[in-house]
Amino acid sequence: MLGRIFSTDHKVIGKQYYFLGLASVLIGLVLSVFMRLHLIYPDRKVKLFEMLWPVGAAGGIMTPELYLSIMTMHGTLMVFFVLTTVPQGGFGNYFLPIQIGASDMAFPRLNALSFWITLAALLVLLGAFFVPGGAPLGGWTAYPPLSAVGQIAGPGQGDGMDMWILSVALFSIAALLTSINFIATVIELRAPGMTLERMPLTVWAWFTTAIISLLAFAVLLAAGLLLLLDRWGGTSFFLPSGLVVSDRLLNHSGGSPLLWQHLFWFFGHPEVYIAILPGMGLISTILSVNSRRPVFGYKAMVGAMLTIAFLGFVVWGHHMFISGMSPYSAIAFSVLTLTVGVPSAIKTFNWLGTLWGGRLRLNVAMLFALGFVSVFVAGGITGVLLGQPAMDLYLHDTYFVVGHFHLIMGVAAVFAMFAGTYYWFPKMFGRMLNETLGKIHFYITFLGVYGIFVPMHVAGLAGNPRRYPDFKEFEFLSDLAWIHTFISHTSFTVAAVQLLFLFNLFWSLWRGARAAVNPWEATTLEWSVPSPPPHDNFGGASVTVVRGAYEFSVPGRESDFAMQAGETPQ
Amino acid sequence: MLLGILIWAVAAITAALFLARPWFPAAVSEHARAFDSQFHLTLAMTGAMFLLAQLLLGIAILRARRRTKALHSEGNTRWEIAWTLATAALFLGAMAWSTPLFTAVHLGGPRPGALRVEALARQFSWNFRYPGPDGRFARLDLKQINDAGGNPFGLDENDTASKDDIVAAALRVPAGRDVELTLRGRDVIHNFFVRELRLKQDVVPGMLIPLRFRADVPGTYEVACSELCGLGHHLMRTVVIVMPPAGFAAWEREALAQLRQE
Repeated sequence: MLGRIFSTDHKVIGKQYYFLGLASVLIGLVLSVFMRLHLIYPDRKVKLFEMLWPVGAAGGIMTPELYLSIMTMHGTLMVFFVLTTVPQGGFGNYFLPIQIGASDMAFPRLNALSFWITLAALLVLLGAFFVPGGAPLGGWTAYPPLSAVGQIAGPGQGDGMDMWILSVALFSIAALLTSINFIATVIELRAPGMTLERMPLTVWAWFTTAIISLLAFAVLLAAGLLLLLDRWGGTSFFLPSGLVVSDRLLNHSGGSPLLWQHLFWFFGHPEVYIAILPGMGLISTILSVNSRRPVFGYKAMVGAMLTIAFLGFVVWGHHMFISGMSPYSAIAFSVLTLTVGVPSAIKTFNWLGTLWGGRLRLNVAMLFALGFVSVFVAGGITGVLLGQPAMDLYLHDTYFVVGHFHLIMGVAAVFAMFAGTYYWFPKMFGRMLNETLGKIHFYITFLGVYGIFVPMHVAGLAGNPRRYPDFKEFEFLSDLAWIHTFISHTSFTVAAVQLLFLFNLFWSLWRGARAAVNPWEATTLEWSVPSPPPHDNFGGASVTVVRGAYEFSVPGRESDFAMQAGETPQ
Repeated sequence: MLLGILIWAVAAITAALFLARPWFPAAVSEHARAFDSQFHLTLAMTGAMFLLAQLLLGIAILRARRRTKALHSEGNTRWEIAWTLATAALFLGAMAWSTPLFTAVHLGGPRPGALRVEALARQFSWNFRYPGPDGRFARLDLKQINDAGGNPFGLDENDTASKDDIVAAALRVPAGRDVELTLRGRDVIHNFFVRELRLKQDVVPGMLIPLRFRADVPGTYEVACSELCGLGHHLMRTVVIVMPPAGFAAWEREALAQLRQE
């Protein structure tokens, strides 16, 4: 039993990451429902709130500080423990070795260690809810001085903030170990014949993401340690002189709050790509398989990914256009930001090119992949507005931004995870998910996310600032109440429909129809081995790769697909 | 198939919602009006790209079963080069087009004859000070900060220039005159955001950040803190009151008279 829990098999670890992400996304989702409920009924007594937070919601009414701490935890859980964890740690761990013909990751024990550190990071983060003062209220971006001066800046900025930093530091360490492992595996363990040009785009994506992780999380880890030093070591990396907080003159001098923003966003922007690149790789594959066509412009797709990875590191300043940073650098960052939009547009065109002229199989994985393309465009195109410093003079930190990043980073990545689940579940668990339940789940979710996040954009156009626990103080905000009412009710519906997904997932685990080896008639290596694959993936047989990853409908061939594996390895 | 129709429907509803009403409040400065036209230009461009992409996606889905066998193709270099260049030109063009708007706010330099005002942001309120007839802001002494006693800035009593510094909770400015607002913070990061001016700027402790504007329509406009500053973030409200020049002069005279009495 212990051996199975502390397994070093990449498939077990992949599933562990997946379920860790599933637990996190459920908590994060429930927290967002609480926020949406509070935003439209700020004065209503909610018994559940009081049961969960006897102090922060005494009498059932959520205090502003509790709202902000829930918001901080929602963001942190979703960004780190869902968007970073599931696409890379979950699916990446499970399928990367199989897709390149390896029997495991390059460093299996390091792999297990990464997972257990990630779990520890999650527990430490959740622990912040239970310490005196509660969870931090400064948002997932943790800008100092708010995050650096302790409890005097607000409840949750004491012990809760320390827990947050510790959690993020642990998570960073785990992410660094994982990325080293991924990079080594792709470079060293490819089967004979698995040349770079034959690698599935998922493998390219996990590889590129690992490189981004390695560079980005190192900086976040360092920034977190500096912040801890400012809090406990008497240093002033992020704190200038002359701070008067809660009537107290602080003894710091020489630091700059903007330094944190530079370090944080040097991680934070590439993080967006850490979340979305694996999804891009997977969506390319699913569109290709279910259109029965090769990926349109494979080389351009690889090139776009590498370009995004590179440019992703030089655009962080677009989060800081109105921060007080030099206006000259704002302009430079703006040019680079709009440039990084180009490879993203290339990917969209190529997805459309893959579909065009295909014969489409509209299974649930494919529906989520098509939904991904739709929301990716909807969320991405507003980046052209936000990437201009002049537009940020109005739009920064409004609900326009909240709508934008939820669509492009949140919903798009989550759609890719759903697509991945419907696509790979048969391989991972040997059983099929129910397609009818899946379709209901998809259609309501698809309409729902538009219903939630598009209205947020127009609230932002009306100037609605984000991170407000209620909208009672401002006249112009009370005019927008109807938008928030609509958003909240839509979000309750979407949240409820996810129960259907959960039911489908757990019911199918035990009761689903048995999965064949290759139910989707796909070509990559995982579809040549049994569902689920044996312990060392290929049953000891050596696997040889004889062709590219997307040979569909090649003229003159009888079958409309050709496997990458040279011969059935069993 | 259904999905193709739904994609068209949500795209159409999205476009309709954006166009349903003017979402921005009325613009009250040259800059704000220029902002609006730049925004709407970019919105038209991005909106067209959005609708085109959703349209094509919908068509591809509706034609899902048209063919008995998929066409084989691995790409089309000429098309790929064309759309790469086209997007790059559109995106960078939009950016280049809007840059003067941003530089006019931040790189213009102080204008002669501008009214100088200093803003102070703290958890969770705003104060503004005017230099008074001597044209000089008094020196500050952090030890003399006294919020309850009406000295949030910490004006140094030993500096004679402090005698005529007007400190107020709302920002009053005359219509039609340049304002040189200097943003000062003393605890955490805040943000000065006036919708009608289309201006937003962080207030960062340790930095003095200039913000220039000239409002030309008298009225009262809400200022909303737009950088998370703690549990009272959503309560951090003040107003900009744009007054006819004569009214502003009268207010200033009255405020100075009151200072002399104290």
